[in-house]
Amino acid sequence: MVVEALIKIVIVLLTVLTAVSYLVLLERWISAWLQDRIGPNRTGPLGLFQPLADVLKLLLKEDIEPSQSEKWIHWLAPVISITVAFSVLAIIPFGSAIILSGKSYSLAIASNVNIGVLYIIALTSVGVYGITLAGWSSGSKYSLLGGLRSSAQMISYELTLGLGLVSVVMLCGTLDLGGIIQSQIAGGWNIIRAPLGFMLFLISSFAETNRQPFDLPEAEPELVGGYHTEYSSMKFALFFLAEYANMITASAVMSVLFLGGWHVPFLNTLGMDPSLLAVLGILAFGLKIFAFIFFFMWVRWSIPRFRYDQLMNLGWKVLLPLGIINIVITALEKTYLLH
Amino acid sequence: MVTRKSAVPSALMLIVTFCFLAALYLTLNAQFLAVVQVAVYAGAIMVLVVFVIMLLNIRNEQYTITGNWKTVVGILGVLGILAQIISVFIAATDTLPKHLSESAVQLGTVESVGTKLYTSYAFPFEMASIILIAAAVGAIVLAKKKLT
Repeated sequence: MVVEALIKIVIVLLTVLTAVSYLVLLERWISAWLQDRIGPNRTGPLGLFQPLADVLKLLLKEDIEPSQSEKWIHWLAPVISITVAFSVLAIIPFGSAIILSGKSYSLAIASNVNIGVLYIIALTSVGVYGITLAGWSSGSKYSLLGGLRSSAQMISYELTLGLGLVSVVMLCGTLDLGGIIQSQIAGGWNIIRAPLGFMLFLISSFAETNRQPFDLPEAEPELVGGYHTEYSSMKFALFFLAEYANMITASAVMSVLFLGGWHVPFLNTLGMDPSLLAVLGILAFGLKIFAFIFFFMWVRWSIPRFRYDQLMNLGWKVLLPLGIINIVITALEKTYLLH
Repeated sequence: MVTRKSAVPSALMLIVTFCFLAALYLTLNAQFLAVVQVAVYAGAIMVLVVFVIMLLNIRNEQYTITGNWKTVVGILGVLGILAQIISVFIAATDTLPKHLSESAVQLGTVESVGTKLYTSYAFPFEMASIILIAAAVGAIVLAKKKLT
């Protein structure tokens, strides 16, 4: 049991860390493509060694601690950010259970967590601390403003995120992520059953991951770099990694909740070998995550940043009422349409 | 016992305490309570506390712990409670059940808590929500300078 879990943890961590460093490269490629530039292509074939060079550069840089900072918390903040970003991955089912030499292995680090969805909510609410404390402990006004903005923004959009989740839980009748996927296999993907809930969840995911157009905590033109202005070297790299890891976890959660996770419609009617089906399921899940990440990046390089009051108005006066309406719609749908 | 001199580290310690409390709930099979403890107390309420401390900007004030006797009394008190807990556990090891019954395991799940709240305890639950709404409306009225 413990060995199995440890192996899964190592595999997931290594995969996600590699993916994260290559997402940075992908982001630079996509930004170059959208702005009609060439992008990084000098380091190695096609620029594929660029992440290595970036990581080496950040590791070898001097770690500067601002004189006004609270040392201990200044160190703790990136640790909280990265821990929370990776912890959500513990309950994500990456594929249907695979059978190796007569023994069934579930492809989630912790499967059958009966509080799965609530665990995600709890972790996102704790994730606020990483950015808030980073802003406060730096002892710089720009960092503090970034930290304050981020806490207000993330608390506001957590509500919409939660209301979007409620519609999923209502439709599937379970909080377990594996159970939610099974319910979608039986009754159709949640993006069809709860399109409004999906939209709300998607928009608030942008705010929770601090991605453009909601990247006010680090708005460069106003706040220099926001909460990570005073960070350098590997501590800065940890924030960078956390941002991309958050994007992966948000995409994985959205794929599980709304796009059926590893499920591919009509694939099981073809009569394929179960193990081939499982592998195809993992690939499909990866493809769905990639599609979401591409969307995240596409939006970042297409849409300008919101003003702070617009952000708050959108969150409290548009998305929150829509979320409540969505719950009523889902309840009606569940009572009258799906029976 | 408060060991930190400044406010934000103290608040962080409180968050850690809440997380450990959640872990205790988990060992008692109260999964729902545990996750709500983290989401509501450690996540939502303490964010507001930290937020307010940051806005008040009291980081440069120095608080000196007056007199050593408070520390001594605090340590003695904590040690006394610890000794009591240990003695209770030692005394109770024979009487405690070795295995939990199925109903006890299911007691803390979201399903059973929800069913209880909306059937046996529906009235107190709704009363609590009305009181909370009243408090929320009151807070908005107090916070708004001019009601139009």
